[in-house]
Formats: sequence, structure tokens, C-alpha cells
Amino acid sequence: MRRGLSVFNVTALALGLAFLYLPIVILVIYSFNASRLVTVWGGWSTRWYLALLSDNAMLEAAWISVRIAFLSATAATVLGTLAAVALVRGGRFRGRVVFSGLVYAPLVMPEIITGLALLLLFVAVDVERGFWTVTLAHATLTMCFVTVVVQSRLLSFDMSLEEAARDLGCPPLKAFFTVTLPLIFPAVAAGWMLAFTLSLDDLVIASFTTGPGSVTLPMRIYSEVRMGVKPEINAVSTIMIALVAIGVIVAAVVTKRGAIVRERATGDR
Amino acid sequence: MMDSPFNSRGRTWPRHAPGIDPGAKPLVRFDAVTKRFGGLAAVERLTLDIFDNEFIALLGPSGCGKSTLLRMLAGFEQPDEGRILLDGADIAGVPPHRRPVNMMFQSYALFPHMTVGGNVAFGLKQEDVPKAEIDGRVRDILKLVQLEGFDQRKPHQLSGGQRQRVALARALVKRPRVLLLDEPLSALDRKLREETRFELMELQHRIGLTFIMVTHDQDEAMAMSDRIGVMHQGRLVQVAPPAQIYERPNSRWVAGFVGDVNLIECQLVESGPTGSALECAGVGRLSIAQSVDAPPGSALCVALRPEKVDVASLPPDAADGSHFAGRVLDIGYLGDLSIYRIQLESGFVLKASAANRSRLAAARIARGDSVFVSWSSDAGVVLTQ
Amino acid sequence: MSERTIAARRRWASRLVIVIPALWLAAFFLVPFLIVLKLSLSQTAVAQPPYVPTFDLAAGWQGLRDFFAALSAGNYALLASDSLYVTSYLRSLRIAAISTLILLVIGYPVAYGIARASRRAQLVLVAAVVLPFLTAFLIRIYAWVNILQREGLLNDALLGLGLIGDPIVWLSTDTAIYIGIVYSYFPFMVLPLYATLEKMDESLLEAAADLGCPWWKAFWLITVPLSWPGIIAGALLCFIPIAGEFVIPDLLGGSDSLMIGQTLWTEFFTNKDWPAAAALAVVLLVVLLVPIAIYQHLQAREMGSR
Repeated sequence: MRRGLSVFNVTALALGLAFLYLPIVILVIYSFNASRLVTVWGGWSTRWYLALLSDNAMLEAAWISVRIAFLSATAATVLGTLAAVALVRGGRFRGRVVFSGLVYAPLVMPEIITGLALLLLFVAVDVERGFWTVTLAHATLTMCFVTVVVQSRLLSFDMSLEEAARDLGCPPLKAFFTVTLPLIFPAVAAGWMLAFTLSLDDLVIASFTTGPGSVTLPMRIYSEVRMGVKPEINAVSTIMIALVAIGVIVAAVVTKRGAIVRERATGDR
Repeated sequence: MMDSPFNSRGRTWPRHAPGIDPGAKPLVRFDAVTKRFGGLAAVERLTLDIFDNEFIALLGPSGCGKSTLLRMLAGFEQPDEGRILLDGADIAGVPPHRRPVNMMFQSYALFPHMTVGGNVAFGLKQEDVPKAEIDGRVRDILKLVQLEGFDQRKPHQLSGGQRQRVALARALVKRPRVLLLDEPLSALDRKLREETRFELMELQHRIGLTFIMVTHDQDEAMAMSDRIGVMHQGRLVQVAPPAQIYERPNSRWVAGFVGDVNLIECQLVESGPTGSALECAGVGRLSIAQSVDAPPGSALCVALRPEKVDVASLPPDAADGSHFAGRVLDIGYLGDLSIYRIQLESGFVLKASAANRSRLAAARIARGDSVFVSWSSDAGVVLTQ
Repeated sequence: MSERTIAARRRWASRLVIVIPALWLAAFFLVPFLIVLKLSLSQTAVAQPPYVPTFDLAAGWQGLRDFFAALSAGNYALLASDSLYVTSYLRSLRIAAISTLILLVIGYPVAYGIARASRRAQLVLVAAVVLPFLTAFLIRIYAWVNILQREGLLNDALLGLGLIGDPIVWLSTDTAIYIGIVYSYFPFMVLPLYATLEKMDESLLEAAADLGCPWWKAFWLITVPLSWPGIIAGALLCFIPIAGEFVIPDLLGGSDSLMIGQTLWTEFFTNKDWPAAAALAVVLLVVLLVPIAIYQHLQAREMGSR
């Protein structure tokens, strides 16, 4: 359905995007505010970024969050890709309905329920809560997002490519790694990125499943924000936004290259 | 075109075609093979022998089970019943990557992330062929399909015809016992398709390899293959050389599927050693130069190809065969041919076609004209099924 | 014979693909819910962990019987009797329903606009909608705290334009909650809507116009009915998590009335009443079970049909 945009369409898009971006833009601008009062503009300054450098608690929380995000996203990517392969290629195996239910439920489950449930599991098996329990919890939550991303790519994947590899003498597992995986890689990478940002973002599940000594960045920010608006938080936020923006641009370039190759390969059929 | 050595009509029949060398051992044997998908039989108790160096086409409408048959030979599907023998050995349980057969996929299935050279070398690398040998064989096969110098290109930089040849080279470089072709020309446009037909036939002739081709295009099957296996609803209904399929179909279904035909329902009056007489509802009495093994009174069918029917303004003088008066309902002008629909006096509508050999021939008979149709006594075929 | 064992081994490998993620999800998603269910039937205690009975495998069969005998539905009776909890649930459902409706009204024109843009523009616009979702959720809520506070930018702007004479209280109101929710869940509504609108055949609207139907009527008679799957998917994708939302009402809302997520959080972290929190979670889950089931069904069908 493409027929060009009417005035109404353009207005809707402009208002929608303004609504999405204006708060973020304001946040970024005010992170360079020299004034301590958040609402008063005191000229451009990078003082809050410098203040951040000496905020050891914040830096430590950021480092913990990045490590958790990296590990949990990696585990989630492996598990989520396996689940996607199972759902697309597994055919009608027994328990498929239950399995797909388990995969899609965490997508919409309120975090507060998932967090509580995971905490009680860790209490029941009596493991020490902290870095690793948060990592496990995040891997579980984010693997489902990876599955959805990889699954939609696998569904449009031409099965005859893998069959061709097997026909030419390649055992099934090797065929998956030499032909299928390189071709769906952009989706797998996008899944990893998504899992990484979701983990970096999560407050509720981390609050439930962490233990003493492992305060993640969102937990740290949350406790600061509850006290009121602080200019340092604007600076932290701006840095995180910048990191995500860079990541997204890299991902866009990677997937675009993949999409172009794919489009040309299937273009004039 | 007629004097081309690769035209099927001017070509010698294969050495091992059944009936020519009855002692020949089949290269591939499907032995009462059945394959079901969710209770529905895609292939049902199908038996077929395929011989060395043969070019056989499996022809049928979509969903007739022809692709399933091919995929069972490649190893992507397992038969539910029956056996598939290759060189006399049962290949059940041999995974696709260990079967000495290779397939050219309908979509070509070229790996988009590899170069042409990488695609062609892929199969050899799986066999751990030494690097130097791989390079040599890839070069040779690319030369064979006229793609020298293309080895560094990616598939998306090639035209449709070039991709088709890469797919062919990739399957051939493994030197398979059998090459399987799944609708090999369907992705090409019409003109290229006709050229490629001859290229494929020439190639098969030159390298002497067994080709099994699946197609729904009867022209393709007729023009290219030594034998055609016509499939319908999971069964093989007739296996024969193209001319026999066309001129001597064994059932109404085959007669109707391959080419255009008039099917006339009749009752057998009498049958002798050289011919038979039939009474046909809506047409009249026909005499056919074919002995029929059925008791008088049996319900039969006469298949009459439109091009075997002559249309004339004046009654024909020869008494051999049958002729009837009728009126032209309409004429379909196709340039080289014209198709006439003629209503006989009895009401029966008969199709006839005639080549427009003289530039003004098409204008000679017009819609609504009274005409006479006639055909010789060996024009029709009596079908009992 | 060896081919048979290879085939058997291959079947095992393909089964592992299913078994590994299935076991993981069972261990970290399914089992925890059973534990929540069990805990909701326990009593709070001054102990570590702070509830009884605890499950003691060493006590054997007798231990198991004691364990079941000690379970009670007391927490559920408490939830039903205390109006604090009931209001909390109702408030959550009401806020979730109203914000889903607002999201639909705002999201539909945007999704429609994207679907009608050129191919290239569509990619850019979809990315533009998704991008804020990738920047931290907490930060985006925090950005609104900046804007909505009493001396914030919204009041500055409105005062500057002369639209209001005195600053309006935005923060700690339901309005702020709605703004925060709509802002955070915007992509979840737009993307499913866009996905169905984008697939729609434009010639359908041309056919309607050709048959004498004015465009606004064609929109109601053709576009909207055909986008039902997207509307339902978007609505569920928003409604379910909003009903359990904690961060948004906590940072933007007032403290006089709580959404169920906040109540649960308070029971757990402040009152340390784990069994009550578990019971709250179980009831919320039961309430959301039907929408979740519908969502899963749609998701499975969407993935199966392509």
C-alpha cells in the first residue's frame, strides 16, 4: 500500500516522531547545561561529564551492567537461535504448543512477575545472588526476543540452499554452519544487539535477582532519580544514548549489506 | 533446426532403452515406492527403471508427485514403502550428502555469500579433494558451461542464464552417477529457455551422463528427453519415448494432458485384425485402422489430434477414413496455425488445426462457413482407459 | 548398519536443538512459576528465607505430607478482603485499557503514514520508531521527569506562550503516567499495525473508489477490518505489560493510589511479605492469562503462516 503521503499522513508522522524524539533531545541538551539547577540554562559546559568520571559507584555499576549485558546477550543468542531453529525446522514435534508458549510468554509477561519468580527459584535452590543470577535471568528473558528476530529471518530463508549443500556432500550440521548461519547472521547479530540493550536497560528483574554488591547501572540511576533530577544523570543518559546510536548505525550498515546481497540474489526470480 | 544432431527427432535412441536391450541393468530402480504426507499419498506404489546415459523426463501437473520422486532419489525424503536401488544397491538410510547423485535446484540455490568459484568448488571441498585438483576441475567445468573468467563473481552479479549454468556446473563437477534437474528451465524467460534446451541436450550427449528431469512443461519434456514418464496423482501412467506418448497415448488422461485432443466417446461395433468400426454418439460411424481387444458393445474413446483433421470447403473424394459436414463456430488465429472449432450436423463440436502455409490461407475459411472435416483411418487412437 | 547409527545420531542432534532451549525455559521460566504458586500458599515468617513451610527433602514422605498440610489459602483471603489490593488491580486494568486505547488512536495514523511512504522511506521511518526503544527505558522516563516537573520545560513553554497563567502540576498525576506509558509503548503499537498495513494491497482501495466508495468510507470498510490482526496484536503487546508496569507509575505517578506492580514491589521489598507478593503475582497472572494465551496463539499463527 504505497500511494504517496497525504498532508494528514505527513502531519501524523511529524507529530509522532516529535513526540518520540523531543524528550531525548532535551535530555541531551540539558546534559551540557552548566547550571546545577536542571531547569535553568546556564550556558554550555561538560562539567557533569567530568563529575561522572569521579563517581566511582556509578562507573562500577556501569561496568557490572556492561559485563552482564555482554554475557547474557551471548547466552541468549545461542539459546534463542536454537529455539528459532527448533520452531522453524522442528516440524510437528511433541510438545510444540507448550514449547512455543514458553518462548512467546516472556515477551509480554510483566517484568515484575518474571523477576519475582526467578528470585524465588534462586532462593529455592539456594544459590548466592548477584552477578551470575542477574546474568541468568537476563539470558532467559532476552533469548525470547532473539528467537523472534531469528525466526522471522529463518522463515524467509530458502531451504533449498541448505539442501543444495547437503546434496553436494555436506553433512547437515556443517551445512547449517557453512551456509545457513552466514546468511542469517545479520538477524543473529541484530538479536544479540537487542538482547544486549534489553539487559542494559532492565531495572525490575535485576532488582529482584541481584544480591549485595552487584548494583547494576539502571538500579543505580533509579535510586538517584528517586531523589529528584540530577544533572549527572543527564550526562550518563546521554552517553548511553550515544552508545546505542553508534551500535544501531553499525547494525544498520551490517544488515543493509546483508539485505542488498539477499535482494540481488533473489531479485529477478 | 531439423538437421541438428541434438534434435530429439533426428537423434538415435539411447543404447539401453527398454525393448532395445532387454538384458541391460537399470542404473536407478524405483521398486513399488510409496510416500505419504500426512496420510495423503504423494507417490503410490511407483515402479520405474532408469538406464545408463538416458535422459528421462518426469512430466505431470503440479502436485502429481514428480518432485517428491526426485527428492527421494536425492535423499531429502524417505520412502514409506518400497525400495530405491542405485547400481543395484538399496540406498535407504544413506543421507543426501553421501549419495552419488547431484541435483540442480529449481531456484538454483546458489550460495549468495560465495563466489561462482566458491559455489562450484563447494562440493569438491566436502570430499577433501586436493586444492590443485579442485582448481583444475572448477576451471574445466566452468569452461564446459561457457563461464570462463566468471569465478570471482558473486551470484547476484550474474544474469538468469548465467546463474542457471553455475547451478549446472556446481552439480556436474562432482561427477555424479545421476544428475537430477528440478524444473531446470522454469526460471528463464521463453527465448532463453528454448536455447538452453539445446545446450543441455548437447551437454548430456557430450559427457554421457544419466539425466532425470522433472518438468510440468510438455514441450520441454518432448523436445529434450529420450523417454517421458507421465505422472498423475502419484502414479506413473505411461512411460515411453516422446513420439509414442503423443501418437499412442495409453489413456484419456495422457491424451488430454499432452497436446490438444478431441475425445470422442464411442461403442465398439466390431474389431478385426487390421481395423475396427465404432459407433460414436454425436458423430457417427468411424473406422479406425487399429485392432481393439474388447468385446463388441464396449464403451471406448477415440482420441483425435486437431492437426490430423482436415478442413475443406468441398467434400473430400477419397473414401478412406471418415468425413462429416459441419459449420465453423469460430477460428483462433495464432499466426503459424489456425484453430477451428467446427460444429458437426449432429451437434458435436470438433477442434481442427491447420498450418497457415500460404499467406492468404487464413482468409479462405471464415466463421459461419459450411465446411467438411475428414481424417484418415489411422489418424485416431482407440483408448480403452 | 553404520548408516543407521549415523541416522540415529543425526536424529539425536536435531532433537538437542529442541531439548536445550526447552530445558532452559522450563528451568528458568516454568519452574519459577510453580514456586511462586507454592509460595503464595505459604505464610510469612521471621526467618531466612522469610516464609514457612520450606520444602525439606530430607524429611522424606512425612515431610512432604507436613509440607502440604501447612499450605493455606490465607493470602488469597487477605487479597480479597483488603480493598487496597482490589483497587490496585482495578486501577492497573483501567490504566492499561485507557492507555492502550490512546496508543491505538495515536499509533494508527503514524503506522498508516509509514505504510504509505516509499520503500526507502519506510525503512528509515521504522528505524526512527524503533530507535528510542533501544535507548534505555529508564532514561526515557527520566527525560519526562525533567519535562513534567513544576519548574520543567512543559510549564515553561506553556507559560511563555501565555497559554496558562500559573504552572500546572503535571508530575505525580495520572496524566503523567499516561504520557509516560504512551511514550514508552509507542513502538509496540506502531510496529504490529505497520506490519499488517504494509501488506495490504493498494488496489483494494482503488477498487473501492472505482465502485463509488469515498476514501473515508473505504478506510472504515476496508483498511480497518483488514488490519484487525495488527490492532489485536498491538493492543495485547501493550495491554499485558502495562497492567504489570512498575517503573512508570513509580517515577511519574503520585503516591496516593498505586498500580498493582507498585503494590507487589512494596509488599516484597518494603514489607518483606514474600507470600503476599507471590499471591499478588499469581492473581495478576490469572487475570492476564486469557490475553496472554490469545497473544501466543496469534504469534504462533503469524510465524506459521509466513
